Amino acid sequence: MKEAFTKSMARNIYYGGSLFFVLLFLGLTMDTHRKLPKTDNSGAITEQVSHGKRLWEENNCIGCHTLLGEGAYFAPELGNVYSRYGNSTEAIKAFIKSRPPGGIPGRRSMPQFNFTEEELDAIAEFLKYTDGIDTQDWPPNIQG
Amino acid sequence: MKYQSQAVAKLYFIAAIGLFVGQILFGVILGLQYVIGDFLFPTIPFNVARMVHTNLLIVWLLFGFMGASYYLVPEESQREIHSVKLAKWLFWIFLGAGALIILSYLLIPYARLAELTGNSFLPTMGREFLEQPTIGKIGIAVVCTGFLYNIAVTVLSGRKTVINMVLLTGLLGLVVLWLFSFVNPENLVLDKYYWWWVVHLWVEGVWELILGSLLAFVLIKTTGVDREVIEKWLYLIIAMALITGIIGTGHHYFWIGTPHYWLWFGSVFSALEPIPFFMMTLFAFNMVNKRRRDHPNKAATLWALGTGVMAFLGAGVWGFLHTLAPVNYYTHGTQITAAHGHMAFYGAYVMVVLCIISYAMPKMRGRVANSNKAQVVEMWSFWMMTVSMVFITLFLTAAGILQVYLQRMSDAPLPFMVVQEKMEFFYWMREVAGVVFLIGLIVYLVSFFVKGEELPAVATEMKAPAVD
Repeated sequence: MKEAFTKSMARNIYYGGSLFFVLLFLGLTMDTHRKLPKTDNSGAITEQVSHGKRLWEENNCIGCHTLLGEGAYFAPELGNVYSRYGNSTEAIKAFIKSRPPGGIPGRRSMPQFNFTEEELDAIAEFLKYTDGIDTQDWPPNIQG
Repeated sequence: MKYQSQAVAKLYFIAAIGLFVGQILFGVILGLQYVIGDFLFPTIPFNVARMVHTNLLIVWLLFGFMGASYYLVPEESQREIHSVKLAKWLFWIFLGAGALIILSYLLIPYARLAELTGNSFLPTMGREFLEQPTIGKIGIAVVCTGFLYNIAVTVLSGRKTVINMVLLTGLLGLVVLWLFSFVNPENLVLDKYYWWWVVHLWVEGVWELILGSLLAFVLIKTTGVDREVIEKWLYLIIAMALITGIIGTGHHYFWIGTPHYWLWFGSVFSALEPIPFFMMTLFAFNMVNKRRRDHPNKAATLWALGTGVMAFLGAGVWGFLHTLAPVNYYTHGTQITAAHGHMAFYGAYVMVVLCIISYAMPKMRGRVANSNKAQVVEMWSFWMMTVSMVFITLFLTAAGILQVYLQRMSDAPLPFMVVQEKMEFFYWMREVAGVVFLIGLIVYLVSFFVKGEELPAVATEMKAPAVD
């Protein structure tokens, strides 16, 4: 590096640049908060949906599935599973209920969680709410 | 070793390596579960093995950063560590808590663990990488804060160098951003939004400060290049890391329900994220080329160069590959992401920790460098692990391309599980590469026990190279 470029110049770029972009990021975050209600489907968050989210978390579903593309890549995307299952919460519940406890020989299988009917409803409603989030048309097609 | 208290780093390094072994064993299990779906089911389901794999990675890297700090800070600050006792206490607390968390994943069903630890009081569990019970997260926060305090007092009351100040800034950022792991709104979009403040702003933000300062420290020591030059590079690298990386968070805000403008912010800034990593490569090679001494620890120099190259490839090139929104639209959440994740973590953070271990361990064992014989073994492990990681990445990339095409781009998109079966060939190849990585890791462990002839106690000074 040329001698004309001194350490204190490098330091100023570091301090100035970081500060500027931290502030810009905070500004964008505030703006995002303001605009979110248009896209985040938060109007659909009921007590049941919140319960469903808690069940989603406490059974570590993200450890195999993706949700809006984030998570593990071992099992199908569930952000759009409600649409994929023909807009049917019953179909989602039926799938979760039908998992064999011992798995399927040689294949990947979802564990049997023994959810109650009320819990199944909550999870299905949570997935329905998630499906309603405006994700800029992601995923590209119904297969997720 | 100039200061007695540096020796506390040894504990941390040994724990780091031990947990690293655990991480890789579970990696091999996961790779097998990808092709033999019912392997260990339902005893260790995939999600449990994956939690163990990723959480062990995070914990052992933290052990590595802590050990590195305890080794580096006294030499930079020219004083002993504020409290060796605190460092030792925190070590055992962290190791105990870490082991407890991992064992609880393996022994208790996750939902039961959530119940036992009172997740409903402050629900933080069940989010990728942040699966630890809330009490565990609090423990991590306490340990990291105690550690930060110990380092901060040492740094601030001693000689302040660019290296130890940048390190301190990075560690402060690490602790502060961890607090966002407690933020878990009911609104899924906001949950995801702030989840990235831990995940992205750690690995593509403040951790790069830690990475830069560790690399700079090892390069000063092994090359003898003037501190002024090294510090100037360090400032520029971390400046670019934060300038690109902070708004670069936007590349995670494409498809999660956030406003449209993030497609632009995220694409433009994250497209620049390879720059700091490329500068790291230039930095490492330049400093080694301009070296003013031939340090007998060739292995440490190799790890330093390797960090530069592999961080650039894994984080820079493989990150850029799928970071532009129009590309990411098709690749988001596929094996392309997995490919990038593996090489980026290995190239940037695993390698820099192994680099400082390689430099510091011999010193803490009373020699300037290991015998040539031991170094040759260590270098073998470097190549085995690095080359197999390149292959893991290539096979996952191939799998990912196939997945993107069959599931998202072809005229008749196929269901996820149908596509997974068609990718099986690449998953098998990845598993083979993973086993080679494990063998490389065993060779690495062996290198610590190889004897051989003693080396001279000091580095040989070279004639000053031609000034350019």
